[in-house]
Amino acid sequence: MRIACPFCGERENGEFTYLGDATPRRPSFAVDGGEGPERVEDAFYDYVYLRDNVAGVMREYWYHGGGCRSWLVAERNTVTHEFISVTAAPGAGAALAARAGE
Amino acid sequence: MSGYSQSEPFARTAAMEANVRKGVTPASQSHRLPGDGIIDRRSPLRFSFDGKTMTGFAGDTLASALVANGVKLVGRSFKYHRPRGILTAGSEEPSALVEMRTGARREPNTRATTQELFDGLIANSQNRWPSLRRDLMSINQLFAPIFVAGFYYKTFMWPAKFWESIYEPMIRRAAGLGKSAELPDPDHYDKAWAHCDVLVVGAGPAGLSAALAAGRAGSRVILVEEDSLLGGRLLSDGGEINGMDAREWLRSTTRELVSLPNVRIMNRTVLFGVYDGGTYAALERVSDNVPTPDHHQVRQRIWRIIAKRSVVTAGAIERPIVFSGNDRPGVMMASAVRTYVNRFAALPGKRVALFTNNDDGWRTVETIQRAGAHIVAVIDPRREVSAQCRRLADTYDPRVLAGVVSDVKGGVDGVSSIAVTDKNGRTQRIDADCLAVSGGWNPNVGLSCFHRGKPIWREDIAAFVPGGAPKGMATAGAANGELSLGACLREGHGAGAKAAAECGAAGKPGEASMADDEVYAIKPLWHVKGKGKAFVDFQHDVTASDVTLAQREGFESVEHLKRYTTLGMATDQGKTSNINGLAIMAEANGRTIPDTGTTIYRPPYAPVAIGAFAGHHRDENFHATRLTPSHHWAAGQGAVFVDTGLWKRAQWYPRTGERDWLESVTREVLAVRNGVGFCDVSTLGKVDVRGADAGVFLDRVYINAFSSLAVGKARYGLMLREDGIVMDDGTTSRLAEDHYFLTTTTAKAGPVMQHLEFCRQVLFPELDVQLTSATDQWAQFSIAGPNTRKLLQALVDPSDDLTNEGFPFMGAREVKLRGGVTARLFRISFSGEMAFEISVPARYGAAMAENLMIAGKPYGVTPYGTEALGVMRIEKGHVAGPELNGTTTADDLGLGKMMSKKKDFIGRIMAGREALTAPNRQVVVGIKPVDRARRLRSGAHVIPKGAIPGPQTDQGYVTSVCFSPMLGQWIGLGLVERGRERTGEIIRIHDPLRNEDYDAEICSPVFYDPEGVRQRG
Amino acid sequence: MKYSIFSLAKAALSGHKGWTRAWRDPAPKSRYDVVIIGGGGHGLATAYFLAHEYGIRNVAVLEKGWIGSGNAGRNTTIIRSNYGLPGNTGFYELSMKLWERMEQDLNYNTMVSQRGIINLYHSDAQRDAFARRGNTMRINGIDAELLDAEQIRKELPFLNYNNARFPIMGGLLQRRAGTARHDAVVWGYARAANDRGVDIIQNCEVTGFVRDASGRVTGVETSRGRIGAGKVGMAVAGSSSRVAAMAGLRLPIESHVLQAFVSEAIKPLIPGVITFGAGHFYVSQSDKGGLVFGGDLDGYNSYAQRGNMPVMEDVCEGGMAIMPMIGRVRMLRQWGGIMDMSMDGSPIIDMTPVDGLYLNAGWCYGGFKATPASGLVFAHLLARDEPHQEAALFRLDRFRRGAMIDEKGQGAQPNLH
Repeated sequence: MRIACPFCGERENGEFTYLGDATPRRPSFAVDGGEGPERVEDAFYDYVYLRDNVAGVMREYWYHGGGCRSWLVAERNTVTHEFISVTAAPGAGAALAARAGE
Repeated sequence: MSGYSQSEPFARTAAMEANVRKGVTPASQSHRLPGDGIIDRRSPLRFSFDGKTMTGFAGDTLASALVANGVKLVGRSFKYHRPRGILTAGSEEPSALVEMRTGARREPNTRATTQELFDGLIANSQNRWPSLRRDLMSINQLFAPIFVAGFYYKTFMWPAKFWESIYEPMIRRAAGLGKSAELPDPDHYDKAWAHCDVLVVGAGPAGLSAALAAGRAGSRVILVEEDSLLGGRLLSDGGEINGMDAREWLRSTTRELVSLPNVRIMNRTVLFGVYDGGTYAALERVSDNVPTPDHHQVRQRIWRIIAKRSVVTAGAIERPIVFSGNDRPGVMMASAVRTYVNRFAALPGKRVALFTNNDDGWRTVETIQRAGAHIVAVIDPRREVSAQCRRLADTYDPRVLAGVVSDVKGGVDGVSSIAVTDKNGRTQRIDADCLAVSGGWNPNVGLSCFHRGKPIWREDIAAFVPGGAPKGMATAGAANGELSLGACLREGHGAGAKAAAECGAAGKPGEASMADDEVYAIKPLWHVKGKGKAFVDFQHDVTASDVTLAQREGFESVEHLKRYTTLGMATDQGKTSNINGLAIMAEANGRTIPDTGTTIYRPPYAPVAIGAFAGHHRDENFHATRLTPSHHWAAGQGAVFVDTGLWKRAQWYPRTGERDWLESVTREVLAVRNGVGFCDVSTLGKVDVRGADAGVFLDRVYINAFSSLAVGKARYGLMLREDGIVMDDGTTSRLAEDHYFLTTTTAKAGPVMQHLEFCRQVLFPELDVQLTSATDQWAQFSIAGPNTRKLLQALVDPSDDLTNEGFPFMGAREVKLRGGVTARLFRISFSGEMAFEISVPARYGAAMAENLMIAGKPYGVTPYGTEALGVMRIEKGHVAGPELNGTTTADDLGLGKMMSKKKDFIGRIMAGREALTAPNRQVVVGIKPVDRARRLRSGAHVIPKGAIPGPQTDQGYVTSVCFSPMLGQWIGLGLVERGRERTGEIIRIHDPLRNEDYDAEICSPVFYDPEGVRQRG
Repeated sequence: MKYSIFSLAKAALSGHKGWTRAWRDPAPKSRYDVVIIGGGGHGLATAYFLAHEYGIRNVAVLEKGWIGSGNAGRNTTIIRSNYGLPGNTGFYELSMKLWERMEQDLNYNTMVSQRGIINLYHSDAQRDAFARRGNTMRINGIDAELLDAEQIRKELPFLNYNNARFPIMGGLLQRRAGTARHDAVVWGYARAANDRGVDIIQNCEVTGFVRDASGRVTGVETSRGRIGAGKVGMAVAGSSSRVAAMAGLRLPIESHVLQAFVSEAIKPLIPGVITFGAGHFYVSQSDKGGLVFGGDLDGYNSYAQRGNMPVMEDVCEGGMAIMPMIGRVRMLRQWGGIMDMSMDGSPIIDMTPVDGLYLNAGWCYGGFKATPASGLVFAHLLARDEPHQEAALFRLDRFRRGAMIDEKGQGAQPNLH
């Protein structure tokens, strides 16, 4: 399996670590916002534990630990293993630098 | 760009040259033909099979040499131990398997048909006792009426305990084939990468055409061929291409390919796997054709080939026909007969019968007659044969019989006669010493089906052709079901040109080579029904009646058939048997072959040595070794090292006269507690955290606050996973307003860095913070003991104030060392003593160790290892790996109060779940055996005193233990249910594994200096 | 027909013409009391126990392909009960006890072979963790022995004791562990369930659930038509999320690929099961002679039933690290199974928020050894609407409550379990 790291180019998947589904968003909550703790717990339960586990194209996190240490967001088909796209996570080093105009 | 040279196809070793000079004569080669063949008669080679010495020539395979020597019997089958000979001339061989070489290089199940002959080759037959000719295990044939498919599922059940003691050992001994070596493999293996535009798999006429077209067009081409020579069937069947002899065409084509700098030819290389993203795996047999690999050379090499396009021209495999006695030594595939005669000048038989249901088989007539042997009969069940065949019949006038072979007589000495039955059921016997069989050709669809592609049935050739090939792969030639030479050349050329164009090659691929499109007519004949055993899978002894039995019992799916009968599960993976098996199943079921379907094709295409996959990663090189900056210094001090992940760490420093590790460790602890000692802690993960939001960032990843930490201060931090369980701990210091220095445990350095990067890049990209792993940049030493300050004052520039006021407990800042090096100094303590940790650039690590020894000499400075470090942390009740076990919460560790309520942090919400905050959780406590002489052991369990051990009374376990020099007894930490409420309770330590049971007291985990006076001193 | 050496010998006299189908091939009825989705080991065992133990015989097992075509037919056949955490320990021992009587229960030789498992350790920390686990086993009445390096050398003299990167310090041994013939387990349960009236329906893919006005599941839509059901049980391993999604459920499960490998057959070399503690490698030898081995998950979500090279290499490196004499033994075949990896590495056997729908999932890479107990406790749940006492902790809501059963301590990261 080959992953096209936007910073390093195409590399063997052995250089990368997989985290999983990139769709769930970490819930945000106000510390003293008065939101019911039950509701916040439910939202976190959903975020931490429940998965769509799609058979088809899914967005997912990969970490290029054997290379540039960037977190990447890939679209990949879990049935064929085919990658559709690989982009840098919002805060990946060069992405941030690019935004800052460096 | 190729090591392949057509002009010198044989690697001639010194031994061969010597033989030529000695003029060894091949007296034993009774079946060697005078004609040419592609062998080097100037290079006779001596080899032994089952202890008998014979000779062959360079260019021979072991199988062709055995044929030349008139050897018929080569092996015994798996189940019935029936005598078996050589069926094929390729890697599909099911029968002629031998143990190659001896001793540590003994290699079971090697196909004689692909093993190149070399001088001094030693091979032995396998799966027989006491000898190949007289194999007592062939008694199994008497039980054949019972030993049908799946018989073992129906018996061996009574009495139950006999399975492990009687039945199974008997079955295990009888099963298996060859014996593997019992000594470590002395050879080396390599793994390499290669990249190309177009990968061509198989160098027969189609593959050569494809490689040439793509190469001429300018693509980077890799051509792999499992044989030692290029040419495929051209080497055996010849023909005419572009008006010249096929061998001449082969020479000129090879010459051109070799001359193209963008074409790489890899012979002796079998492509065995197709993986994702255009990754192909191939095995190069570098040294299997020589007695032992040359010095510094590997035996085999795995290639991971990254190709934009591939053209699979892997040819086709001739299939047997299932009839009674079709497994006798001397029954051989017709194409193999031609290979042995034409390529190797070795004659499988002198009176050859041919049994074929297709035109291609008829080629054998010409081959045999030209070789000066005799075709005793051609048996063809078809009513009509093509003009081609009729021409052959006219030219050579063989006896042609319309019918089928219904039985073969023979034994260990080969075939003696065959029975031919015509359509009216009349049978006649014909004397023959060899029966050539052709049931048609199966395109090699394996590689194209490795991504679950379903092959497609083609009625006209009665075979499956590729369907649903992986992205980027094309198939051409015989592998695609195009069996004529002309079509192979055209298709190969077209596929090569197309692949090159798709890769953007702009050059011209040239014209396709031309040859006749000879007719290939076939009338399927799968099974000649009869009384005797008719074999479908030769190696596994699966017969036609096994297949129909499976059908009767409901194992109709091809996968059930395979699993119930073991059809196709032998070392050849059913290359010669699967299609016949499923055809017989289809007939029994009254279904069509395509409806019946094939089993799933799995890599590897040909079996690959496990050692090759491992490459150099074995023994001490299994994984990398990380050495601390002071490693060599510590080694010089005689340190004993321990593996901690990839690191080697000094565990203790034995001194002469010390009886055991405990005495050394105790000395080291006492030296620290009473004086001063130091320990290399460079293995801790170190991360530089910089940026305006560094403090905010750390607030989110730690349970406690770091934005409030003053510059010049250090703080212990605890990190949770998002599920609320403790992930890691460590000390983080603030070196400047926007600069923190974070440390992790040794074990978690990698995962924590990954987690921090995830938080930074994914969860909180809006924060202005950068992370730099600095683990390898800093050598870090812990210096501990009452004399630490005095020692440091000798090292640190006098301008730096190291007094309690100038550098208080939990202080952290850069200091200048005498001599000018800048170091980072942290006043933190794991041991509970007055202690500092000092960081210097890693290149000064060894020098630092030496300087610590010099500066500390007046105070008796003692280097200490990880054991003493562990003892002191247990005495102080500090938690570490055994307590941070991935299931404990901050509160379980006694650190619940650190959890800030004023901020969001990773894990905060999930940590609040009911079961994680339940009052009966197991929490960290101290444990002391009541009998002070008792040794406490980790992993022992905690049971209430007086209770009977059982799942209901199992209340926890001992996590960490040490002999405490300060308390003079063994102590430990443990995780115990409601432990903190139970201080002072006497509990039972239950350790059935080590047969120990004793009382212990639950106590505070802080055994030594509970007020923490010493570290502040 | 009862299987025995006598019936076999008798059949041999008539050329084995007398054998009939091991299980019938019925057309689906319009309604069953219980419909089990998934004709793997777990589904078939559930049907067997429903009929045999709980008297519910109007049962269908629906299989989209051929029975045993999922993980039941692509595992490494290891059975063991060496688990360390409450919930798992007792459950897997229940399973082991059922393995020990399986052949007699089913009248089918599933080749349960208790040749032992040794988990090697290479550090003090690993030894301590094994000591904890082994003591848990002993406290639960399960056999376990902690061996030191010398004892390991006696048991397994062929391992690398000379120049290993991570020297072998000892191992945890469970002698009652071993292997079983995986396909035979499927066929044995199928035949025994069939004999007790269960309909096994192959080539019947479930495409949806039939729900009544209250939302209760009352049947399934299949490729062979609608089938009514009093209760529906799911035992579909790697397809759990897909099937559950048809009922609108999201599960704490990811599907991952686990590769396994088998070598060419060789004469007996390895006595039992061996696991390497400093790398990802475990191995046993089948009765046919092949070394059956495997290692880690590939690590990414997958429904493809095949893996990639880095893991193959990693596994073989592990093998060569402890057994350098297998260098010339050839890998014959590799394959991949789709593992229903749960968020704590332990299974889920429970009712679901959807009335009438019952879940048996989350077996990770360890479902085979659980087959008999999984069938028994799932049958119990389906029959009684309450968990079997040995499965009481395998509840679906345990993640919400924080009551995870996390043997590896890796948290909600399925590919690390």
